[in-house]
Amino acid sequence: MSGIGKLLSNRAFWRGVGSIVIFLVLWELGSRSKQWMAPEFFAPFKDLLGTMGFKKDYLPWIGAVPPPSGVLKSWVAVLGQQGYWQSWYMSFFRVMGGFIAAMLIGIPFGLALAVNRVAHGVGFPVFEVLRPIPPLAWVPASIIFWPTQESAIIFITFLGAFYTIVINVLGGARSIDVRYFQAAQSMGSSRWDIFRRVVLPGTLPSIVVGSAVGMGITWEVVVAAEMISGGGSQQAGTGGGLGFFIWNSYVGGSYEQIVVGMISIGIAGFVSSELLRWGGRFVTPWMKVR
Amino acid sequence: MRRPPAAATRGHIRIEDVVKIYDPAGAAVLAVDHCTLEIEPGEICMIVGPSGCGKTTLLNAIAGFHEITSGRIVMDGEVLCSTEQPQSTPGPDRIVVFQNGALFPWKSNLENVIFGPVMQGKLARKEAVDKGRAMMSDAGLSGVEHNYPGEVSSGMRRRVEIVRALMNDPKVLLLDEPYRALDSLTKSVMHEALLEIYYKNKVTIFFITHDLEEAIFLGHRVAIMTTRPCKPKKVLNVDIPHPRDYGVLTSKRFRELIEETNDAVHEEALKAFQAGEKEG
Repeated sequence: MSGIGKLLSNRAFWRGVGSIVIFLVLWELGSRSKQWMAPEFFAPFKDLLGTMGFKKDYLPWIGAVPPPSGVLKSWVAVLGQQGYWQSWYMSFFRVMGGFIAAMLIGIPFGLALAVNRVAHGVGFPVFEVLRPIPPLAWVPASIIFWPTQESAIIFITFLGAFYTIVINVLGGARSIDVRYFQAAQSMGSSRWDIFRRVVLPGTLPSIVVGSAVGMGITWEVVVAAEMISGGGSQQAGTGGGLGFFIWNSYVGGSYEQIVVGMISIGIAGFVSSELLRWGGRFVTPWMKVR
Repeated sequence: MRRPPAAATRGHIRIEDVVKIYDPAGAAVLAVDHCTLEIEPGEICMIVGPSGCGKTTLLNAIAGFHEITSGRIVMDGEVLCSTEQPQSTPGPDRIVVFQNGALFPWKSNLENVIFGPVMQGKLARKEAVDKGRAMMSDAGLSGVEHNYPGEVSSGMRRRVEIVRALMNDPKVLLLDEPYRALDSLTKSVMHEALLEIYYKNKVTIFFITHDLEEAIFLGHRVAIMTTRPCKPKKVLNVDIPHPRDYGVLTSKRFRELIEETNDAVHEEALKAFQAGEKEG
């Protein structure tokens, strides 16, 4: 059976589809509660809501959220706008910039901490002092210290991924079974061989895991950083990144667009972790056999 | 029939008066106590003792993974370690097959097998691959060359590891309870496979186990060790001629040898139990 055919005959797949459809229907109904709660019939229920301290006219919370149909309409409208795509590009650019920098610096740094006692002695204390500082606490400082807002935002996303990657690389390299080192040593490996053929492949799974977690944090951080820094570019309007897109929609009072921005970030995060997972499987083919 | 085949001339090991004291936190623990044991070239010498009795300490000293406190270990006239130079350098002449296996999970079985000769620069990659394939096929491992170790059964993994060890052309194979994790059926297959490999490559085998039947079935000699501190309590010559197969297990002589040694082993196991030694 083909892949699609298999999917269509899979019960779990349809359960998943059903779950999403029900979620959307409930959301739509909840959002439209103001309309269907209008008849006199609901008056006692509304009074009850009122005595509980909620707004009387619609269901609490969900009634104030724009309905999925409205979100979709707004989304379609926004798809044609260059600013929306500009925001995608900006956020991806920042996430990838920070993330790749975190990998390029974090992986060698973590490996150095793991294999070299001097590097560990010198580097680890400073690392541990800086690590508990949340990346977002760096926002004002980095806006001041970096020449452009863009570099400041990238720096903050870098921090989001950096600590996680280093900790995972260090932990992964440290937890490689001593028998692998002993076996490699017995079979005549030099220190460099051991690093290249035991430490590196032995740490790869942890690098993949650390990167996946780091990527998640990067998206969290970039959104907040964009909101705080006002998009980071002179390009006003909707083009300052997805985080700024949400903020801008909020300021502009377009509640549908806020949700569009939220879902867009969800999709962006999903796509990047899928890419990462795919890459991870590619570099650690032996892990799939477990 | 105690003497192993005359063909073997390498892998003569003398353990002379070796003492090992672990002193991690000031509380000195005597692990090996004036242990003396001689292993002939090409002999299968089985070391039997309760878990945690210090057998592995001895193996680690030969392999060069740990220091000894005093005494000396000599192989083919060359001092591996001694009081003055307490830790030997690990080398391809002494290859360990570990208890839980130490095949590199990130390398295919064949890549694992050719690791030693390629690392040592003894064979070009191409030659190593040819030799590796031939040895794997000899050991009944054709068809899994390009699988990862995680993709084959634990019995096969153990065989791959023994082939990987032999590819280094070692003087001695150091086996540390290699079949401990296997079920008894797989174990019996592995025993015959090991003997078959041994008959083709007469190499000295230093084999640690806590399974007396396994020891008597495989070994030319069986050294029963006292529980911590470890030293030979009784050395048994197994006068059942090689080559052996599984028929030996039901032979009268085999049962007699078990009876002869069972008490000694049981006594030490009881001591270890009472001392509360941890498994492992």
